Amino acid sequence: MREMIISELTQALHELARGFAHYLPRLIVMLILAFVGWVIAYAVKVVLRSILRLIKFDKLSENAGASQLLSKAALPSATEILSRFIFWVTWLGFILLGVSVLGILGLQEQIARFFLFMPRLFVAMFITFFGLLAASFFSRAALLAAVNANVPSPRLLSLAVRSIIVVFVLSIVFEELGLAEQTMLVAFGIAFGALMLGLAIAFGMGGRELAQRLLEKKFVRGKKEENEDEPSPL
Amino acid sequence: MARLTRTCGGNSHELKLEDGTFLTDDFLRQLINVGEVDILVGLPTHNNAKTIRSIVHTIQSGLLRFFPRERAVIINADGGSRDGTPELVTGISIDDVRPAPNLNALRTLHSISTKYASSPESGVALRTILTAAELLRAKACIVMSPESANIESEWLSSLLLPICRDGFDLVTPTYRRHKFEGLLMTNLLYPMIRALYGARIREAYAPEFGFSGRLGCQFLGQNGWNDGTDGAGTELRFTLAAITGGYRVCQSFLGEKDHIDRHAADLVPTLRQTVGALFSALESDFPAWSTVAGSQPVPTTGPDLEVVLEGVRVNRKRLREMFSTGVAELEAVYQSILTPSTLAELQRIARLGEEDFHYSAEFWVRTVYEFAASYQKSVISRDHIIQAFAPLFRGRVFTFLIENRNSSANDVENNIEGLCLEFERLKPYLLQLWKSRE
Repeated sequence: MREMIISELTQALHELARGFAHYLPRLIVMLILAFVGWVIAYAVKVVLRSILRLIKFDKLSENAGASQLLSKAALPSATEILSRFIFWVTWLGFILLGVSVLGILGLQEQIARFFLFMPRLFVAMFITFFGLLAASFFSRAALLAAVNANVPSPRLLSLAVRSIIVVFVLSIVFEELGLAEQTMLVAFGIAFGALMLGLAIAFGMGGRELAQRLLEKKFVRGKKEENEDEPSPL
Repeated sequence: MARLTRTCGGNSHELKLEDGTFLTDDFLRQLINVGEVDILVGLPTHNNAKTIRSIVHTIQSGLLRFFPRERAVIINADGGSRDGTPELVTGISIDDVRPAPNLNALRTLHSISTKYASSPESGVALRTILTAAELLRAKACIVMSPESANIESEWLSSLLLPICRDGFDLVTPTYRRHKFEGLLMTNLLYPMIRALYGARIREAYAPEFGFSGRLGCQFLGQNGWNDGTDGAGTELRFTLAAITGGYRVCQSFLGEKDHIDRHAADLVPTLRQTVGALFSALESDFPAWSTVAGSQPVPTTGPDLEVVLEGVRVNRKRLREMFSTGVAELEAVYQSILTPSTLAELQRIARLGEEDFHYSAEFWVRTVYEFAASYQKSVISRDHIIQAFAPLFRGRVFTFLIENRNSSANDVENNIEGLCLEFERLKPYLLQLWKSRE
């Protein structure tokens, strides 16, 4: 009995040692991959940060309105955040590559899905950034046009333009990421429809007199007033 | 791609007519039929049927009276008129306009019309006229406004004689104006061009001007025609090119400037064509203007400026309101363009009542220079910078109107002179901004 226990114990220890010996090289490969990945990720981060500074990415981000958001949240600059993000994504990619070398069943499928998801994540980030840039540009254009045309509540108009574009961009981003596609589609449809209906009702009912004044100004006695109000600049 | 080679100032260069999109074959054929000319009159038009007949008559009459021996051509560059303007230009016979029975045309006066686009673009129109002038080897050219109701045949001699007789390269006009007309010219373009480029040219952006064939040829070859500005303000760039190129520039008094009704909505397009073009030119002309100190008068025939004082109705209240609203609503935009101290001062002025409101000359110059520096650095979209400038211009106009409410012609002129000196005095501030933002 005692000998049987010792024998089983010895066999188990042998199997453990064999298993460890079997996995040790893979573990070393994983560690090497993680180390090499860190070096590469760090190099990518440094190069990317230099390029972004060269192309004045922070300025673009400021124009897009992203810098103000980051500043309010006490986060670093857009250049720093993007550089760090790329660093972690690259390093994580190498770590997962190393983990896949271990040959753990089930994990490899998840890793493959992660790598397949990466391009969509990048596209979503791209859309978000340029979407914010477009929202900032067009809302400012609306604000300037409204101010120069002496339209009442120019900031409200500008905010409406920005909101519509941001909502539209977010719906595209969620669709790209494959997150709650149906919910987002319905939510977008409801929100957009409600906004348009609200504006129509607000302008038609609440702003009836304002609309009348604007139309009169434009088509009825507009010419006389306009000619009187500003001397010729040239 | 058709290619024509022409000599310009001793250097030959090719006119590339890419896929026939610039000059049409028909237009080229007509130019070839004309041969060479001494005088070219450019007439950019767009739906000007109401005025064009009398203008062409006056031009023909002027050519007959003052230049009967010269070979002349009228080039009408039309921007897609739908009222038959080009047909009117080409259909008018010189025999109809003989100013005196003893005056006969010694040469055939050609009238050619070409449609350069389906919508008017002043830059393309000028380019068409310059190209025609080069192909026809015109010695002297003038561009006439198709809207001038006050045009007289003497205008042709005033604009052409300094070129033909005295060897000038650019003749800009001076006019008799109401003291509250042309406020962009008197409050910004004239003083700023004078301070930066050193030449006291009253009307750097004019609907009528004359130029020599060699200046036109040089500008045609040098100007960035495809720089994405759609040719806005090409006339102003033409004047600046003449100054920086060292060409001989003079002014000629023409008479009363037409009062063209402009709506409040026209201000932003006007700013794009003038202030936008000037700010844009500062970038490429930096080596030229950064070394200029002070300013020099340019030779002028007739008075520099004649001011009319009769009453005119202006809605000052609305000007001030639009200024105050603009400053309040565009705070975020101005934060990108102006220094914090300038913005704070603007906000203070915007809060003042009508009685206390004062946008001083010095502060106006600082504002303009900060806008110019921000435009150069493209702190935001350049077009947005120009649009953001409109409310501030209205604020300055309000102060100018108040200051000169009861002023005599001399007082107005003194005020403008004071503003010019302020622009010259603060030029180092612009240079400092220019360098600090690099």
